[in-house]
Amino acid sequence: MTSLFRDRILPVLTVIAAILVIWHVFVIYLNAPFVRDQAARAGETISLSQIIERTFAQERPILPAPHQIVAELWDTTINKAVTSKRSLVYHAWITLSATLAGFGMGTVLGITLAIGIVHNRAMDRSLMPWVIASQTIPILAIAPMIIVVLNSIGISGLMPKALISTYLSFFPIVVGMVKGLRSPDTLLIDLMHTYNASRAQTFWKLRWPASMPYLFTSLKVAIAISLVGAIVGELPTGAVAGLGARLLSGSYYGQTIQIWAALFMAAGLAALLVSIVGYAHVRVLKRMGVKP
Amino acid sequence: MNSPASVVSAKNLGLTFETGDGPVHALTGVDLDIKKGDFVSFIGPSGCGKTTFLRVIADLEKHTSGSIEINGMTPENARLARAYGYVFQAAALYPWRTIEKNIALPLEIMGFGAAEQKQRVEQMLDLVNLSGFGKKFPWQLSGGMQQRASIARALAFDADLLLMDEPFGALDEIVRDHLNEQLLKLWDKTNKTICFVTHSIPEAVYLSTKIVVMSPRPGRVTDVIESTLPRERPLDIRETPEFLEIAHRVRQGLKAGHSYEE
Repeated sequence: MTSLFRDRILPVLTVIAAILVIWHVFVIYLNAPFVRDQAARAGETISLSQIIERTFAQERPILPAPHQIVAELWDTTINKAVTSKRSLVYHAWITLSATLAGFGMGTVLGITLAIGIVHNRAMDRSLMPWVIASQTIPILAIAPMIIVVLNSIGISGLMPKALISTYLSFFPIVVGMVKGLRSPDTLLIDLMHTYNASRAQTFWKLRWPASMPYLFTSLKVAIAISLVGAIVGELPTGAVAGLGARLLSGSYYGQTIQIWAALFMAAGLAALLVSIVGYAHVRVLKRMGVKP
Repeated sequence: MNSPASVVSAKNLGLTFETGDGPVHALTGVDLDIKKGDFVSFIGPSGCGKTTFLRVIADLEKHTSGSIEINGMTPENARLARAYGYVFQAAALYPWRTIEKNIALPLEIMGFGAAEQKQRVEQMLDLVNLSGFGKKFPWQLSGGMQQRASIARALAFDADLLLMDEPFGALDEIVRDHLNEQLLKLWDKTNKTICFVTHSIPEAVYLSTKIVVMSPRPGRVTDVIESTLPRERPLDIRETPEFLEIAHRVRQGLKAGHSYEE
């Protein structure tokens, strides 16, 4: 128990404490000019301690204090009904559903392409360069195009955002799975040949299980960028709901606290999603008898 | 020549790899006849084609000249008829399968029923003295036990011919002695034909009824020695004059192939 505290919890707490200290310093440093300005305009002379006090209680601070963000998070998650447009849970769910849809499609697409690339020389030669090229286009440039084009053929709402997530998330899956499906040793492939195993048997009994560690590593990357894709998909369209919409409206109206609250929600969501995939990873490998 | 008792019959067999640096003659003019029940060792320095010859038998490489028949068939048809089991230098067990699942792998692929799979796996575990280890994963076993599991896997579908490519090469000498003794017992019990690649002279002499001495550049057979040792071989047979005599002849054969000068 003490070692759990010493080895796991204490290092994390130390880093958090350090971040909080630095954060508070920056809150004072960044917000102080505006506080001084305000005071000068009102014709009052204020002491240093008053300046510091006020930097922590700005309505639209350049950098909000941590307690302001926590209060905003509390207010918009616990105090609001989840169906309300003012609830952060509601917005998070909108983004999460697009993320999961995109992640699912990206995974299926990625695995399908990888299987094709591994089994077919022509696909290997022709497809792989395009897969790589697809990722050199900045997603911020292509996201509005996808949404506009899909909108003009009557597809709107969740699907365009999910497709942007798909566009981002299929890439690590393809790359990881191509490597994973090709990972079995020549000896193991030769062994399958001596048994006169069919391609399907070699795939299901050898290539697929051998690729599992690669798949899960890719899935962890893919789920995180799926979330990024969904948020980016909400930005250029003036979407009215979702974490991206919260970020956008926050920046329109200078609601920095709202922006930071949405950012923390997105980060929390990403951490949750990645750890769910991580947990599945551990469970699957354990069932496959991997040396602990 | 092709009497039914002949398991492997090679005539003027050759294999040339075309490489960027010109052709490499891995095998040239190999004439060899292996009878049913023989224990044949292939010995020679690296590059002499002993592994290549085994891979030609197994249809993992295609010969480029001459002819070879396994049980009177082409290597490909012999492979399709599951004429042989192959044991590699590494155990090559599937890490995500338990030992019993590894042994069952060829049976699954060849479509044996569940009940027969179970019965055969038990029988094989018993044959290689691994009963009780079926539920373990490969990493939980020692190198020697892993190699025994690999032999069990090669024997599971009851092929008459066992091809072994330096199966004990990576193991220490004490484990190797033990496995050699067990392998002889297994050979005696099952009456399989065994082709065994090695680079250890004592191992070759101890195990074999026939020793094929090979030499490199180009890979060829320089001597074929019929062993005069009895079938029943305790480990201390290796100190008898008869044993040393055969070992001496193997050494002479290797020397004649100029293998020591390189």
